[in-house]
Amino acid sequence: MTSLSGLSEGKRIPDGPPAVVVDGVSKRFTLRHARSIKDITVRLARRQALSETFDALHDVSLTVTRGETVALMGLNGSGKSTLLKLISGVMSPDVGTVRVRGRVAGLLDVGAGLHPELTGRENVFLNGAILGMDEAEIGRKFDAIVEFSGVERFLDTEVKFYSSGMFMRLAFSIAAHTEPDIFLIDEVLAVGDPPFREKCIGRIRELRDEGRTMVIVAHDIPMLVDLCHRGVMLRQGHKIFDGDVAEAGGMWQADKRSGPPAR
Amino acid sequence: MTTASQSAGPSTEPSLMARPEPFRPGPERAGPVADPELRSPAGAGGLMEVVHHRYLLKLLLRRELKARYKGSLLGLGWSYVRPAVNFGVFYFVVGVFMGMDKVIKDFPIYLFSGLVLVTLFTETLQSATRSVLHNAPLVRKVYLPRELFPSASLLVSLVHFLPALAILVAGSLSYGWRPTLPGLAGAALGLLIVVLFALGLGLLCAAATVFFHDVEQVVDIVMITVSWTVPMVYPWTHVREHAPVWVLQIWQLNPLVAAVELFHRGFWGPLSDGRIPPLPGLTARTVSALGLAFMVFFIGEGVFARLQKRFAQEM
Repeated sequence: MTSLSGLSEGKRIPDGPPAVVVDGVSKRFTLRHARSIKDITVRLARRQALSETFDALHDVSLTVTRGETVALMGLNGSGKSTLLKLISGVMSPDVGTVRVRGRVAGLLDVGAGLHPELTGRENVFLNGAILGMDEAEIGRKFDAIVEFSGVERFLDTEVKFYSSGMFMRLAFSIAAHTEPDIFLIDEVLAVGDPPFREKCIGRIRELRDEGRTMVIVAHDIPMLVDLCHRGVMLRQGHKIFDGDVAEAGGMWQADKRSGPPAR
Repeated sequence: MTTASQSAGPSTEPSLMARPEPFRPGPERAGPVADPELRSPAGAGGLMEVVHHRYLLKLLLRRELKARYKGSLLGLGWSYVRPAVNFGVFYFVVGVFMGMDKVIKDFPIYLFSGLVLVTLFTETLQSATRSVLHNAPLVRKVYLPRELFPSASLLVSLVHFLPALAILVAGSLSYGWRPTLPGLAGAALGLLIVVLFALGLGLLCAAATVFFHDVEQVVDIVMITVSWTVPMVYPWTHVREHAPVWVLQIWQLNPLVAAVELFHRGFWGPLSDGRIPPLPGLTARTVSALGLAFMVFFIGEGVFARLQKRFAQEM
C-alpha cells in the first residue's frame, strides 16, 4: 500500500487475472496501389510497384490485468491503432497471438455503425447490437443512452439531419453504455464541445472505477496521465516502454518535440 | 503437461531476452498459457456465427429494407416494379410478338414461375457481392461476423421473393391450377437449390470483390445472361431441337435449369397440355443440382471464412 500512496483511490492498480494478453505480435501491411485489373495493367506497364509493405507492429507483447486502464502512447504511425484493432479482433496478427477474457467492445471511431437514413432511436438499437448488446440489454439501457446523449428531441429524426456534434454524442453514448469486459477507446475523446468532452471523460473514469478493463488511445497526455494506471509507449511499431504512465507521457512528449530517434 | 511446458518454454524465453525495454511488469512473465477463458477476439468465421447474431441480423435486414426505399414515393413498391416490367417485356416480346404463347400453353404462368426464381437468384448474388465492400466502415472498425452482410442480402431478396411467390400462386389458381404434393415438394427443392447456390456464390464473390473490385462488374454482366440460359422464356425442347446434343448436356449442368424446371413442374406442370414434356431425368438432375449447390455453398462459406481475416486491412 505504501508504494501506492501517491495514487488516488480510483487509480489503485488492480491485481487480477489477465484480461488481454498480446504475445509477440507482429503486423505487416501490404499497401496495394492497384486494386483493379486496369490499375494493375497500367502500373505494370509503367514499371511501378504494385504494392509496398509497412511494418506496423514488431514483436509487441503486452498484458493488461483485469480492471486496469492502460494508455497506448506514441506518435502517429507508431502502431497504437493497429494494436487496438488486433485486440478488438478487427484484424488478425501475422505473427504471435492475441487473447482476451470476456467481451471486447470498442469506441473505435464511433459513428461507423450509425446509419444516416435511420432515426436516432433505430440507430441506438442497431449500433447497440453492432457493439455486442442483445435486445433486452439495449432496452434496459435505452433511457440512459438517450439521456446521456442529450438528443431526446430528435430521437425520431433521421440521423442524417443531426449536427456533427449531436451525431458524435449519440454514437459515444451508445458505445459508453455497452459495458463490455474490455473497453477499447481510440481518439474519440476529441469529439464534441468541451462540456460534453468533460462528460465523456467522467464516464470513462466511472467505467474505470467500476473495475472495467480499458485500453485508451488519445492525444491529450495530461488527461491520460490522470486517467490511466499504466502507460505503454510505442515507437515505429516497437514497444519501448511499459510502466509508469507519467514517465511514458514524458517520452511521448519528447518524441513530439524532436521526432522519434533514428533506429 | 510436459508438452505444454515444452511449447511455452522455448517461445517465451528468447523473446524475453531479446526485449530491450528496461521495465517488465510482473503479470507479463506469468504467461497464462492454458487459461480456458482467454480466447481470440476474432471469431473463427463461418455462417454459424450469424446464427449466434440473429438479433443483429434482423436489425441489418430492417436497415437494408428501410434505407433502400427511404425517400422514395413508392417505397417497398419498387421491388415489385422491376419484376413487373421484366414480366411485361418478356410476355409481350417473346410471348405475343414471337409467338411463344402458342408453343407453351398458359405462357404467363410458365414465364412467371421461372422469373421469380431467376429474380431471387440474380438479386441475391448481386447484392451479396457488394455487401461487404459497401459496409467497409463497419468492417474496418468493429469486429462482427462478416458473414452477416451477405446473409442480410439473401434475406432482403427473400423478403422480395415472398410477395412474388404469392402472386404466382394466385395467378396459377386463376388459371385453374391445383397444387399437388410432389409438385410443391419439387418447387421447395428448387428454391433450396437457388438459395444455396446464390448464397455460396454470393459469399465467394463478396470476398473476391474486397480484393478485386472488378468482380462486382463481372457479376453484374453475367447476371444479364441468367434469364436466357435457363428455360424461362423458352421450353427446354428448343435447346434439344436447335443445338447439338453436347450443348444440351452442358446446358443441363446449370443447377438453375433444374431449379426452374422444378418450379415449372410445381406450378405450370398441372396446367400443361403435354406438348412440352418434362425435362428427361429430372430427378437425377435435381440430385446433381442439389449436390452442386451444396458444394458451391460449402466452398463459398469456407473461402469467405478464410479470407475475412484479411478484410479489414484490404479495404
